[in-house]
Amino acid sequence: MTIAVSILPEQQLAALNAAYGQAVARRRWRLLFGAAVFAAALLLAAIGAEVNLRTLFTYFGNFVSYFDRIFTLDNGQRVWTDFGEWLWGWRKWLKMLGETLLISYVGTLIGATFAFVLNFFAAENTSPAPWLRFVVRRLLEFARTVPGIVFALIFVIAFGLGPMAGVLAIAIHSTGALGKLFSEIVENADMKPVEGVRSTGASWLSCMRFAIVPQVTAGYASYALLRFEINVREASVMGFVGAGGIGQELVVAIRKFYYSDVSAILLTIIVTVFIIDIATGWLRGRLFGKEARR
Amino acid sequence: MTGPQQVDTAQIRARYPDVFDRPASARLATPAMIVAAFAILVYGLVDLDFSPSRFFAGLSQLGWISLMMIPPDPGSSLPVYLKALGETLSIALLGTTLAAVFALPVSLLAARNIVPSKILRFPIRRFLDSIRGVDTLIWALVWINVVGLGPFAGVLAIAVSDFGAFGKLFSEAIEGADQKQVEGIRASGGSPLHEIRFGLLPQVLPVIAGQVLYFIESNTRSATIIGIVGAGGIGLQLAEQIRVLEWQKVSFLILMILVAVAAIDFVSSKLRFAIIGRRAVA
Repeated sequence: MTIAVSILPEQQLAALNAAYGQAVARRRWRLLFGAAVFAAALLLAAIGAEVNLRTLFTYFGNFVSYFDRIFTLDNGQRVWTDFGEWLWGWRKWLKMLGETLLISYVGTLIGATFAFVLNFFAAENTSPAPWLRFVVRRLLEFARTVPGIVFALIFVIAFGLGPMAGVLAIAIHSTGALGKLFSEIVENADMKPVEGVRSTGASWLSCMRFAIVPQVTAGYASYALLRFEINVREASVMGFVGAGGIGQELVVAIRKFYYSDVSAILLTIIVTVFIIDIATGWLRGRLFGKEARR
Repeated sequence: MTGPQQVDTAQIRARYPDVFDRPASARLATPAMIVAAFAILVYGLVDLDFSPSRFFAGLSQLGWISLMMIPPDPGSSLPVYLKALGETLSIALLGTTLAAVFALPVSLLAARNIVPSKILRFPIRRFLDSIRGVDTLIWALVWINVVGLGPFAGVLAIAVSDFGAFGKLFSEAIEGADQKQVEGIRASGGSPLHEIRFGLLPQVLPVIAGQVLYFIESNTRSATIIGIVGAGGIGLQLAEQIRVLEWQKVSFLILMILVAVAAIDFVSSKLRFAIIGRRAVA
């Protein structure tokens, strides 16, 4: 089978080429313009952030050798040649890790509870009054836009040093983040059951309890688990400002140049985060799996 | 009076045994889970030193603090704060861009349809995971040790920690790309590099651009806090003012952060819509 490629006459081809060129030229100019604006913004940012390439190149060796140092024991050997020496403080570190997990668990649970209570007021289809919705939404927005660690800094002064400040900071931040996600689930819920319940003369509370909650619990649980995962990471740095958990050990090790301790603590944090990620992923799969089977 | 009483409950019970006569294990599962969750909560509260007296003392302290925050007032240091805010935005923009530039080639190596060998992909993926498992604040502390205090350390910290996140997100976008274009390039005699350049990148670039913009937005938030450990930006000012208990300045700084984040949110969502179209964002 042969295919003949027809070649257009010169004139027609030139016209088509010109039209194509014109069509593409506009897009190219726009792309070029966008790239130029972006490059200018980057340059401005580089000046603003005091980027100094010479510093980077002079000290880049430090970055590499930093990793070299944190993987070296005091006696000059590599850390993995002597696990007993490397992970010498594992009892203490595991205890601090346990505290970190507990901080994120309690913080997530308190935050999820508040988010659960508030989200019905924030959702468009269930809120009893527009002004209430407006107030609750702004409140949630505030709670999630201010970074958790800023809350922690303030709470450390109000409640004193220790995990209490960390828990409350995580709880507030989770309330804001989960409240928004929860109310989005509610907005996607089917409103027919609500009408059904309301037609029996039920109060607003009963409508929520019997028509909305059964529809949304699986989604809530899934988001809450995801939040727990994020909060474990967040709780690992709460100690930086004195709000408890493993971060306290880490910041001491980094500031005092206990090099091998830094890598050991980092290793325990990374492993914990992995395990939590895998465990919550498995749990989420089970929750959603059950949902799909129904 | 007629009404619900006439319903033959016995018949309904017989017809729907799985509603009316659930096995004890199924009925007990939910309460058991709630009790367990609550028990851990109580244990946590005790273990973490939550005493009601401490809580209420702190709460009243917090009330005083919030009263002292009103009205927000920058004092005479408004120019310093504006400069710090500019620093924060610079850190977010530069850090995210650097991360995206370095993550793109690595994400190709971590994508299943580019590197079919699982043995090659596995270490790259775990490497990206470990970078992601370490919080930005920790990276900031490490970089402060290397390049000293200041915003440059912040840029590098955001670049490194986002590198891990981008590597994963980009490789997922690449795996989701349509293989037909790639096959088309191969059929016309293109090299593997041509396949990536002409078959793959045009498909994934809009997705990637959207993700990068989204991260610039969320990094504005992260960049506000890395200053707390000394890596420049508005967080540095915030932490200082909290330490010296200048509450009016603190509330002003928090307001500045809120406004800046809202502005960035607005601009970047507009840009995202412009790049990938309204329906693809959802």
